[in-house]
Amino acid sequence: MAGAVPLTLTVNGVETARMVAPRTTLADFLRTDLELTATHVGCEMGACGACLVLLDGVPVHSCLVFAVQAQGQRVETVEGLVASGALAPLQQAFHERNALQCGFCTPGMLVNAHALITKGTVPDREEIRDAISGNYCRCTGYEAIVDAIEAAARKLNGEGAE
Amino acid sequence: MNAPFDRPLGAAPHLQPGVHVGRPLPRPNAKRLVAGRGNYVTDMKLPRMLHAAFVRSPFAHARILRIDVEAARAAPGVALVATGEDLAKLCTPWVGTLDHFKGMKSEPQLPLPLDRVTWSGQAVVAVVAESRAAAEDACELVEIEFEDLPILADLDTALAPDAPRLVEGFADNLCFRSSLESGAVDDLFASAAHVVEADLAFGRHTGVTLEPRALIADYDASVHALTVHHGTQTPFQFQDLYSRHYGIPEGRVRVAAPDVGGSFGVKLHVYHEDMAVIGLSMLARRPVKYVADRLEAFVSDIHARDHRVKAKAAVGADGRILAMAVEDETAIGPFSTYPRTSAVEGNQVIRLIGAPYRLEAYRADLKVVFQNKTQTSQYRAVGHPIACAVTEHLMEKAAAATGLDPFEVRARNLIPDDAYPCQSLTGYKFEQLSHEACLAKLKTLMDYDRLRAEQAELRARGIHRGIGIAAFVEITNPTPAFYGIGGARISAQDGAVIQITPSGEVRCLISVTEQGQGTEAIIGQIVADYLGVSRDIVRVITGDTEVTPHGGATWACRGAGIGGETALQAARKLKANVLNVAAAILQAQPDDLDLVDAEVVDRAGGTARLSLAEVARIAYFRSDTLPPGTDAQLTVAHHFAPSGYPFAFTNGIHGCHVEVDTETGLVKILKHFVVEDCGRIINPLLVEEQVRGGVVQGLGAAFFEECRYDDAGQLVNGSLADYLVPMSCEMPDIVIAHMETPTRDTELGAKGCGEAGTAASSAAALNAVNDALAPLNAELTQIPMTPARILKALGAY
Ligand code: FES
Ligand code: FES
Repeated sequence: MAGAVPLTLTVNGVETARMVAPRTTLADFLRTDLELTATHVGCEMGACGACLVLLDGVPVHSCLVFAVQAQGQRVETVEGLVASGALAPLQQAFHERNALQCGFCTPGMLVNAHALITKGTVPDREEIRDAISGNYCRCTGYEAIVDAIEAAARKLNGEGAE
Repeated sequence: MNAPFDRPLGAAPHLQPGVHVGRPLPRPNAKRLVAGRGNYVTDMKLPRMLHAAFVRSPFAHARILRIDVEAARAAPGVALVATGEDLAKLCTPWVGTLDHFKGMKSEPQLPLPLDRVTWSGQAVVAVVAESRAAAEDACELVEIEFEDLPILADLDTALAPDAPRLVEGFADNLCFRSSLESGAVDDLFASAAHVVEADLAFGRHTGVTLEPRALIADYDASVHALTVHHGTQTPFQFQDLYSRHYGIPEGRVRVAAPDVGGSFGVKLHVYHEDMAVIGLSMLARRPVKYVADRLEAFVSDIHARDHRVKAKAAVGADGRILAMAVEDETAIGPFSTYPRTSAVEGNQVIRLIGAPYRLEAYRADLKVVFQNKTQTSQYRAVGHPIACAVTEHLMEKAAAATGLDPFEVRARNLIPDDAYPCQSLTGYKFEQLSHEACLAKLKTLMDYDRLRAEQAELRARGIHRGIGIAAFVEITNPTPAFYGIGGARISAQDGAVIQITPSGEVRCLISVTEQGQGTEAIIGQIVADYLGVSRDIVRVITGDTEVTPHGGATWACRGAGIGGETALQAARKLKANVLNVAAAILQAQPDDLDLVDAEVVDRAGGTARLSLAEVARIAYFRSDTLPPGTDAQLTVAHHFAPSGYPFAFTNGIHGCHVEVDTETGLVKILKHFVVEDCGRIINPLLVEEQVRGGVVQGLGAAFFEECRYDDAGQLVNGSLADYLVPMSCEMPDIVIAHMETPTRDTELGAKGCGEAGTAASSAAALNAVNDALAPLNAELTQIPMTPARILKALGAY
């Protein structure tokens, strides 16, 4: 790889070192180099939210970050969040409420929703709609997604479902 | 594909057999998707796989004078560069016409053009390299010399008598023209109490599937065989096309669709790049992957709509609509899409106008017009939103002319629920619809009287709310009369193979496909009920021509109605076989036995006699213990094609409640309501989400989505930052209620529901905005209803 530079970062808890081209986006690096294909790419310009991952705990558009910018940081993708059980309440609520159809937007939705509901409060529907307003879903009507996030938030924050 | 067993980790909850159909059961395969285990073509890679990128035309219409690819060929990582000529040696041309559309014409197409480009963004040269980035780098080294040709940028330019012809030798720029006339149209207009008119424009929009189009072609020269991993709705259609156009025997072409990230009709048309990728793999003798990026998707995925409709209605003093007359002009791009054509939408517009109502006379004229823009073709609810908006806009005008309430004017005009079977003036045969019941239900659901009272009260305070309603019929379950008679090799039948495995589980291979609607889930429910097992032991496999029997797959809302009936009949057949084998083992009569929850039981009394697993064990491993001559067929294959009514029509009605800010032109969609009747409901959870998703696509068309072009035929908003799509914060909660009028043409009784949401939502929204603006004497006649257009209608500038 001409002009590749070394990159070391922690991905899903595993310290990872690779040579990457400086122009490689974090999304492409995760998907192609590490085969972490749960992170999806829908627009490559920060508009659709399909590529959201956690970078040092904060949701970022991995299509807008170069892999080399993640040097020394912690990246968590849906694969890692699923493996650690962090997404379990959301996974269950999304499944039960059928808050997905093709599922292509789902990983980005889950990352964003996870960041929202782990803030320690139960967001209302307006807040949920606002929080996921950068996540494009072509298949659902969003309503089921809002329902699922609300249900998972209640469960996580110790309120019973209605 | 490959829905996993939905066996919970703990104890299996006992589902009562025979009760899966009709229940809101979650989809088994959704568990994979929420676990990040989706497998989309965009995710796949094969050993030694190459990547394709395309050099695209910057001009909407131009002659290609010279192409120089030498520098690109020499670029790092490049495996091959191909032009139109290279691929024309392998691929035969295609023409997007249907025989039953008389006089239809379109130019032959090849994967890449030989000497002329006809829209901006058309792929001209293909570069295949070790990575997509290397291919894109090399694309920049390709030199193409173009010479401008006159551009047909809009309808009027193309229709002018002296317009340059888009295709040399064609007498005009019409792809197709059609007219209909029924009843005494002129007499009724002459004698009507009122004549109301409308002049409506519908913008171009496009599918914007979140996963763009993607395929990997893997040609194996050693056996002259082709495997294509393809994000498509219709694998068998592509198997046929790749086989015929590339001269590979059908049996050696495999098309497999894994998870597909949205389709909505976008992923069943032939695209030039996709066809090219097959040839590129043959040339490279290696797997070649192509994934459209978002910009490429905007300029090469089919667009839809783009209609201009002039319409009028003759209205009696009592508010009865007596006759309608319409002219639809629709611009489709430089050629008609293959193999389904670009004429179906216009044809459906003129045939669906007025469909829910009792008209006495109807006249329509359709012009399908070529222009230098991206091809248009079938996208979710083909023609329905336009037909519905025209009809319902006229209905509002009739209400205004006669002083009737919008609900009352519909009540006076809808085909009564006791008038079936009947036929529309455009030839649609309706078996049994429920318009009156849906209308009544919507009124209650919306709490209409309260909304009206609230509207009046808020208006006094300068808040402009509007209520709009729109009734629809949706074409579902098409028979071979749809494409087959036009000569297209698009199947109206579906096939299923169902098998009891040696362990007593059930495998169902079926030709209908899954793109997230829940096809696999509902097929599993149906098989479980009609075979007599619980859902969690049924595995449903779809989307692979090598595995499933041939069939039409998923389009025009045929998955549940046709695919579901196929599964039902196959399951019944298999159940009879199981009971025959069990009867032989038990020395009983098959008729005295039944299969319930995977147990063979006495039909009378229900005593368990033998487990399904035991029947399978004996049939597969100890056939020597069966009585001689026992036919132990625990696999059945079954095909089903709809007959009877040419279509099963779903019907329903939408209500939309909006608030228009007259200062900014922004519309807040407060709530949307749908009452729909898709016949037998297999899974209400899935029906409701289908309808909601459809509504959101219709509201996108109503308020946001538009492919905008400049005079030079350049798409000016080809990105997700510029082309607006509905996002969560703009969308309302959507309230849904059901009626259930099963079709009697099938035992299952299901009709489609996937387009019901899109069919009428933009019409309801248009009526709602116009209702809000009525006191201000402003009217919208164009969608999308952008803030600028609303302000313009208000005379703000
Ligand atoms: S791919 Fe990153 S936001 Fe769309
Ligand atoms: S489920 Fe298909 S994009 Fe959201």
